[in-house]
Amino acid sequence: MSGRKIGEVILDLKNISLSFGGVKALQDISFDVREHEVRAIIGPNGAGKSSMLNVINGVYRPQQGEIILRGEHFANMNSYKAAKAGLARTFQNIALFKGMSVLDNIMTGRNLKMKANMLLQAFWLGPAQREELEHRLKVEEIIDFLEIQHIRKTPVGRLPYGLQKRVDLARALAMEPQILLLDEPMAGMNVEEKQDMCRFILDVNDQFGTTVVLIEHDMGVVMDISDRVVVLDYGKKIGDGTPDEVRANPDVISAYLGASH
Amino acid sequence: MSFFLETLLGGLMSGMLYSLVALGFVLIYKASGVFNFAQGAMVLFAALSMARFSEWIPEWLGMDNLFVANVLAFVVSIVVMFAVAWLVERLVLRHLVNQEAATLLMATLGIAYFLDGVGQAIFGSDIYKIDVGMPKEPVMVLESVFDGGILINKEDFVAAFISAMLVLALTIFFQKTATGRALRAVADDHQAAQSIGIPLDRIWVIVWCVAGITALVAGVIWGSKLGAQFSLSTVALRALPVVILGGLTSVPGAILGGLIIGVGEKLSEVYLGHYVGGGIEIWFAYMLALVFLLFRPQGLFGEKIIDRV
Repeated sequence: MSGRKIGEVILDLKNISLSFGGVKALQDISFDVREHEVRAIIGPNGAGKSSMLNVINGVYRPQQGEIILRGEHFANMNSYKAAKAGLARTFQNIALFKGMSVLDNIMTGRNLKMKANMLLQAFWLGPAQREELEHRLKVEEIIDFLEIQHIRKTPVGRLPYGLQKRVDLARALAMEPQILLLDEPMAGMNVEEKQDMCRFILDVNDQFGTTVVLIEHDMGVVMDISDRVVVLDYGKKIGDGTPDEVRANPDVISAYLGASH
Repeated sequence: MSFFLETLLGGLMSGMLYSLVALGFVLIYKASGVFNFAQGAMVLFAALSMARFSEWIPEWLGMDNLFVANVLAFVVSIVVMFAVAWLVERLVLRHLVNQEAATLLMATLGIAYFLDGVGQAIFGSDIYKIDVGMPKEPVMVLESVFDGGILINKEDFVAAFISAMLVLALTIFFQKTATGRALRAVADDHQAAQSIGIPLDRIWVIVWCVAGITALVAGVIWGSKLGAQFSLSTVALRALPVVILGGLTSVPGAILGGLIIGVGEKLSEVYLGHYVGGGIEIWFAYMLALVFLLFRPQGLFGEKIIDRV
């Protein structure tokens, strides 16, 4: 696609199984993610895509399986550890801080990068103040990058859906993550908004070298922007490969394409 | 007219104190979804600590300066309240994450009784004096405007001023600092806050510390009026209707709710008291809270309660 070079395996998921009571959400799923690639997880409704993302992010703890991030085993992953390890995510149902302005929302993404002691921050003292300004510069870069300068001061609750999704992405980018997890970034958007979002995802991947793992419903979009695609159905992996390979896979055609078209 | 103003001012001033205690409830509820029944016990604990340390410190250091003793006792009491906050998070809350609201409420009830007991075990169970040099004598103001002027209780005035300053400081803290921003983020959405790397446990310690400071200030003000004694922990329960009125999730609601209740209590007592036999002050706030629960359960500014069917 572009000049970036896909590297070694950065995230390796081995034999992940997750169940809620009797419901088997994920069954023995393994796949890996390579550095700098755009990796998609697709599948029909209820296939376990969101569960998979929530396992990677530490929201759910799988009953079985291993998460290996940059060679390090994470037995008890949780959201906070995931964030510290360089994973950022967006949410399907947008989980922005509704009462806060766009700028404040994105600034929260800098929290882990802030070195100053929370006590100093609380009193807005010397080093904390300097630091705040540095982070503000970085955040302004991201705001420019995602073209949301005009809504900087608006409380996010008042923004239209498409823009909220963009702010959600901005907050994740403010963490300067190594791996960006996107939960249906294009869901509920119109064609124009979808095109914008695709462009942003590719730009992030290209310019910052961020590895992207995304879940998406819209097959067309996924096939266009992904390097490799995992296909889930009823909690099982039924396909894995390049978009062309996946498209030609008979299991995938019957489970996903066949069912919906 | 001057009598009405006098009553109104008196109400506003006692209302400011209610706001302060209500703020303690709201802060903790917003950040952790815990309705902290122990807020009253914290007020008592803080007041006892202040009263006793201002007595002990001069003894220990062999000095006789009331001002220095008070400042030292205040600082020590802040440390004590921070320690309480830290222990509550470490020993109780941390182990109850994601439990039902009722479980957490019961836990804070437990903390309340524990604090009441331990407070009296450490500090004693008498009535102790807190003397921070609050002016006791009332003054007349605006004598040129109204016939006879308006009688103001200086102590109430100073107390209201201190409360207002603390509320202002907290507002600035929440709106302008990085820590405040993280607190607001947690209050808004736990899951999202955690996923961007805001440590929930540390945030909880911070809100309990802040609630501890509001408890200390309320304890000192009330304590200097009534003495540091067991009944302080029930005085704090008078802030409950304030929280219901203002909404559990709203800081401005807590402030305005406190003022409304303060004024309502005084005005109803003075103007309706002789029709129903007095003592309205005691139950007026709860009555108002009940009416609100019937018609606007989320309070004046609380988030609308929407349940998915």
